[in-house]
Amino acid sequence: MSGTAYLIRGATLPDGETTDLLVREGRIAERGAGLSDRGAIPVDAAGLRALPGLVDLHTHLREPGFEQSETVLTGSRAAAAGGFTTVHAMANTFPVQDTAGVVEQVAALGAAAGYATVRPVGAVTVGLAGERLAEIGAMARSRAAVRVFSDDGKCVHDALLMRRALEYVATFDGVVAQHAQEPRLTEGAQMNEGALASTLGLAGWPAVAEEAIIARDVLLAEHVGARLHVCHLSTAGSVDVIRWAKARGIAVTAEATPHHLLLTEQLIAGDAALDPDAVGHRGYDSRLKVNPPLRRDEDVRALRAAVADGTIDIVATDHAPHPVESKECAWAEASFGMVGLESALSVVQAALVDPGHLDWGDVARVLSRTPAEIGRVPGYDAPFAPGSPAHLTLVDPTARRRFGRAQLRGRGVNSPYLGRELPGRIVATFHAGVATVLDGELQTLPTPTDHEVA
Amino acid sequence: MTGLRHLLASADLDRASAIALLDTAEDMADVATRRVPKLPTLQGRTVANLFFEDSTRTRLSFEAAAKRLSADVITFSAKGSSVSKGESLKDTAQTIAAMGIDAVVLRHAASGAARVLAESAWIDAAVVNAGDGTHDHPTQGLLDAYTMRKARHGADSRGQGLDGLRVTIVGDVLHSRVARANLGLLPTLGARVHLVAPRTLLPFGAEQWPVTTSSDLDAAIADAPDVLMMLRIQQERMHAAYFPHEREYAGFWGLDEERFARLHADTMVMHPGPMNRGLEISAAAADSERSLVLDQVANGVAIRMAVLYTVLSGGRHAGAREAGAA
Amino acid sequence: MQTRAVLQQADIQRALTRIAHEILETNRGASGLVLLGIPTRGALLAERLGAILAGLDAEIPVGALDVTMYRDDLDRHPTRTPQPTRIPAAGIDDRTVVLVDDVLYSGRTIRAALDALGAHGRPRAVRLAVLVDRGHRELPIRADFVGKNLPSSAAERINVTLAELDGEDAVTITGGEADGGAA
Repeated sequence: MSGTAYLIRGATLPDGETTDLLVREGRIAERGAGLSDRGAIPVDAAGLRALPGLVDLHTHLREPGFEQSETVLTGSRAAAAGGFTTVHAMANTFPVQDTAGVVEQVAALGAAAGYATVRPVGAVTVGLAGERLAEIGAMARSRAAVRVFSDDGKCVHDALLMRRALEYVATFDGVVAQHAQEPRLTEGAQMNEGALASTLGLAGWPAVAEEAIIARDVLLAEHVGARLHVCHLSTAGSVDVIRWAKARGIAVTAEATPHHLLLTEQLIAGDAALDPDAVGHRGYDSRLKVNPPLRRDEDVRALRAAVADGTIDIVATDHAPHPVESKECAWAEASFGMVGLESALSVVQAALVDPGHLDWGDVARVLSRTPAEIGRVPGYDAPFAPGSPAHLTLVDPTARRRFGRAQLRGRGVNSPYLGRELPGRIVATFHAGVATVLDGELQTLPTPTDHEVA
Repeated sequence: MTGLRHLLASADLDRASAIALLDTAEDMADVATRRVPKLPTLQGRTVANLFFEDSTRTRLSFEAAAKRLSADVITFSAKGSSVSKGESLKDTAQTIAAMGIDAVVLRHAASGAARVLAESAWIDAAVVNAGDGTHDHPTQGLLDAYTMRKARHGADSRGQGLDGLRVTIVGDVLHSRVARANLGLLPTLGARVHLVAPRTLLPFGAEQWPVTTSSDLDAAIADAPDVLMMLRIQQERMHAAYFPHEREYAGFWGLDEERFARLHADTMVMHPGPMNRGLEISAAAADSERSLVLDQVANGVAIRMAVLYTVLSGGRHAGAREAGAA
Repeated sequence: MQTRAVLQQADIQRALTRIAHEILETNRGASGLVLLGIPTRGALLAERLGAILAGLDAEIPVGALDVTMYRDDLDRHPTRTPQPTRIPAAGIDDRTVVLVDDVLYSGRTIRAALDALGAHGRPRAVRLAVLVDRGHRELPIRADFVGKNLPSSAAERINVTLAELDGEDAVTITGGEADGGAA
């Protein structure tokens, strides 16, 4: 399929330039005004934004082990539908991605599916148990070429082990992506600690449980001279710590999820009360249960400002699909997590672009170039330049739509945005020159062996 | 009173609805004294008591209430049936819904369970929250308010709120749905609530609630509140670093005999039960004439009758009124 | 929509006085009588009847009998808050209970009242006094003492106001149009 050529006409690049792009043999073949099609399939991109293919540093694909929630195939279809061309598959599978064998299997499944480049994340510790280092070197050297290591879902809370992980991962040009959650401070925790949690009778998840780990880790990273990535910042205090660390020259990068940039804890109280016809969230709506928890409005505002000023480097989805029965229950019994690949760009537009925090060039940075840099993903350093891999997505930012089940293309339907109006629509996605989405429709790719993958 | 489809949280009640429930309970309390201590009101209706968490006292109280209103009662409880923590709320709810249920009385260990059930499409019955996790226990709040109103206004209670009443709640507010049930209701009725507990047992952010807080029980007693409500200390808290040990707790926050002797003559003592005598409350205080503990239990049935009557009547045809009827 | 007065304050007073006399006449004196008014306005009318009878040297116990919990139409109306029931200390066993209500219409309220009485005792006899009988009975019930027969259409609305509650005594009739709006 990368044999098919496309001539994208009149796309507006992130920097505002309007141009044609000829996509051929998996690459940007030509760029300029008024290109002739030479047999390529024309794609009318007038009024559309072209963005470099989005790179998610934080995705749960669930395979192997939890295929009832998601598979590499279904998750990468969701990724394509959201404009992503690379996803980093978190390590909390079963078996855990803590050996070269498992990460190679996941990478191969991704290549076979073809919708996106699947970059496995390696576990920091064996079985995510937090006791001894996983075979980090072997995973780095494997065909999966792992560069991001994380026990995500669990915090590497042992300070000595974290120090060793930072040092050892640095040996292989990798990065530890820390899930910052002090375990003792969050035993049984259900939502952000505060007056609302106390009123709702849900055990509190204090901000300090996140901030204390981040503070410790940036000091450890400075001490050993390693780089550190902090997953899903959720509090204003975490932003302060990261800002301080960067000012000090510490090699730390930070991410925020779309949901922490848009949603607040207040939604958990329910705004639809007892009116079944009202649009909105029911009380204790378990789709809002996420780790780390939704925080206060002032935290959301601090996170937005931090993405705007670069303190937070990237936006990553923490796409976390769950089967229906894991969410159709009382809050405390529900699983943590929400799906996010399909809605991410719309939420970023709503939370950051439309209010003026970011322009589209910034979006390209926080959702493509910088996450690719952190993950050492090749091919994203010069998007749209002739010769570069054709990873790109076309977006109609003027569209508004009520986000519904039809937009969810993975296996999980645990999205908090169902029924909510969101801006923007993915019109096309090209992964290594292959159209995974065209005319707004997810494409059916031919059987795995028929095409090559970048 | 506006139609009340469910009773999920005490804070959902506005003042008029709360007073209407308390007034209705006045009449329900009278029923027990009649020649036939039973009303035909809910004949042909079925109430399911769904107790995922064992609570014999609350379950019996709801059962008695439903039966005095002539409803049929089906009881599922954690002990002696398939209902257990392993079975999901959804499955159990749908099972009983298939039997034709008009109201579900739900006790569940998870906060918000009653609201989740009421707002789900799993079931079309009225839902009464009989205690959800550490969130709420609205019939407890109502029976406490009823007990306070009766103690203050006696036979003239009807129509009254709790305006100006000063209520001090002492102990493990953090884990107490009883405390939250009272906090959600008493200010609505005009009472002023003061919480007394060690900082470890005061909920985070409680200063944003419409209450005052302190850690000094002696000062609170000297302040002569109208009601002193002692909360139960659960066994499992005693080993989780909320306080060093029970003797220290009792020394600072227990209503011992010495403190009881210092109580203002008009201060009434309440406790939601079951009591740890000698820990949060001394036997002398619990059994004294100023203790309303047994009134609380007795009033529970009348309150639950009022609640079942209210959620199972009206509402569906709001606005329809028989022209010319008295 | 038109509203017209049917009974004024003096008419109501006259009707009650006449009913008081009829009660004594029918009962051959005051012995064994108990007046039970049905809240809200029936209870007020029972108090007035009691006062009139006291003026006739007939001291008759007066109480109130709430029927809310005995109604058969609870899910057809907004939830009603029950009113107090006050049974005179001497009780109702073996007495002649005169139920008092403002308007007799379908008869369902009185049916509920007969059931409610059973929970409090076993009267020797039960009589019914109403200020207005507007017809349209749905049950085999009739009044023994009637202040005013007021044939009406079902679309009309009869409204009784009493000074104790509403500031003035009056019986008005409203409508004609199918309206059924609340008071």
